[in-house]
Amino acid sequence: MLVLIICGVAAPLLAPRDPQAQTLEDRLRPPRWSENGSPAYFLGTDKIGRDMLSRIIYGSRISLMVGAATVIFAGFVGCTLGGVAGYFGHTTDEIVSKISEIFLAFPFLLIAIAIMAFLGQGVGNLILALMLSRWVQYCRVVRGEVLSLRERDFVTAAKALGGQDWYVLLRHVIPNTLASVTVIATFGMAIVIITEASLSFLGLGVPVHIPTWGSMLSEGRSYINRAPWLTIFPGMAIFITVFGINLLGDGLRDIFDPKLRRQR
Amino acid sequence: MNTLVRRLLGAVPVLLGISFLIFLLMHIAPGDPVSLLLGDDATPADIERTRHEWGLDQPLPVQYWDFLTRAVTGDFGKSLKFNEPVMRLVTERLPATLELAFASLCVAMLISLPLGVYSAIKHDSLLDHAGMSVALIGVSLPNFWLGIMLIYFLGGQLNLLPVAGRIEYGIDVQSITGLYLVDSLITGNFAAFWSALQHLLMPAFTLGSALAAIITRISRSSVLEVMRQDYVTTARAKGLSESRVIWRHILRNSMITIVTILGLQLGALLSGSVITETVFSYPGIGDLLIQSISARDYKLTQVLILMFAVTYFVVNLMVDLLYSWIDPRIKF
Repeated sequence: MLVLIICGVAAPLLAPRDPQAQTLEDRLRPPRWSENGSPAYFLGTDKIGRDMLSRIIYGSRISLMVGAATVIFAGFVGCTLGGVAGYFGHTTDEIVSKISEIFLAFPFLLIAIAIMAFLGQGVGNLILALMLSRWVQYCRVVRGEVLSLRERDFVTAAKALGGQDWYVLLRHVIPNTLASVTVIATFGMAIVIITEASLSFLGLGVPVHIPTWGSMLSEGRSYINRAPWLTIFPGMAIFITVFGINLLGDGLRDIFDPKLRRQR
Repeated sequence: MNTLVRRLLGAVPVLLGISFLIFLLMHIAPGDPVSLLLGDDATPADIERTRHEWGLDQPLPVQYWDFLTRAVTGDFGKSLKFNEPVMRLVTERLPATLELAFASLCVAMLISLPLGVYSAIKHDSLLDHAGMSVALIGVSLPNFWLGIMLIYFLGGQLNLLPVAGRIEYGIDVQSITGLYLVDSLITGNFAAFWSALQHLLMPAFTLGSALAAIITRISRSSVLEVMRQDYVTTARAKGLSESRVIWRHILRNSMITIVTILGLQLGALLSGSVITETVFSYPGIGDLLIQSISARDYKLTQVLILMFAVTYFVVNLMVDLLYSWIDPRIKF
């Protein structure tokens, strides 16, 4: 996760070359340690001679940006609606629950595919599509927690002291759901990174001129037997990143949920 | 019966919501879908005619009602890319996706249930840690990358399995159910069965691997939870054999969580088929969806997304109803 953040933020400093620079005489150059590999291209080059290492480093920017933005927006929308539905109940809860049910009726990848199919490629559209496909996870969990929290003594005490509903909700109830939200957000980040890569792989993600791990895999697929490094390295980048985030998620879940820790 | 009726009635507003959302998507899309589909060469008259044929010149409520009527009757007209009735395209390709999804489910269950249950029973052993590490790797692997790597190693380098399609070119299967494995067995066409099975192995493993990883983790924690219950201690105290305790008391009670997650994950399996079918050029409805999106055949895209969503919803409904059969304590 830390490596992803560093790569994403410091991509211009870390990347040895311009990710878009084409050197046609060096096209499909294998990684440095292979036969015919060049010291100038550590992970080799693609079909038009672009440096794979630089493209992978720049690709982390999109994964990081889309992942973080989606988690923040989806978390905000989901927590707000879930909190309001759980705390106020009645009609508000019914409306939010019905909307959630509709969104839950779509597998999240399908929502993202559907939205991107109609709205077209673009970073903004991608974040919107992923946000719309993920908010409901936060909403469901926060609603469930708030339903239980609102009956607790500290909430009754806050109300007895004259706290207004919105104040009690924002100051006392929502902060108590943050442990669960952090865990969902961490696993959600991993899911979003894979989904973003999947959409880019299908040609439904960000525009093709922006290097992303998914689009690199898609481009490299046609050269799988001739130049396997075009697919191996971007795939490894996705795998290592998601693996690291999932490990972090597991760790956070253990910290926040001692019951689960006992089961491990 | 009452439960079934109540659940089905409760499904109506959700299905209406799904259909409205899909209908809305086409209308909030930037640009005119007809102009985009017909391209720059289309004359205003062509555009106007197609808009009329699609009913896009009608007011929105009329269009939505028409969309709903077509969804109920199953008459969606012709696809503009394929120039064939939409429903024929869907029914031709649906069996391929169902076969793939079912095979993936089998792969996932065959790997995950023994691994998850065994890991729980041998809790904290080397095998438990190894099993959980494999599961974590499985959850983190992007399945389209796994598919490409399988194509490279098993197809390209070792030449063990075919890398694309559903059956070898030149082998015909007499269509009865549309499921090649079933049809070839019914007709005794073993060459076709073998070819279809070989074509199915890599896509099914690719699609099933992530599900296997999730179910392994869930089944392990579910079995661990049940193992700590008092009734399991009582069963052991009664002198029941360990295998009877595991099969009769632990596994049966762990199944409720596992079935819940399986139901929720079936949706992932359906949407995952879109990517897997693209990787393996497998002619199912996932592959058809991507083709329709690339060709900007919005009508076909709309129908396919509706179909995916409704199938997912119906599967979840069936899983809900299955709960009360597995665990009679649950009432809706």
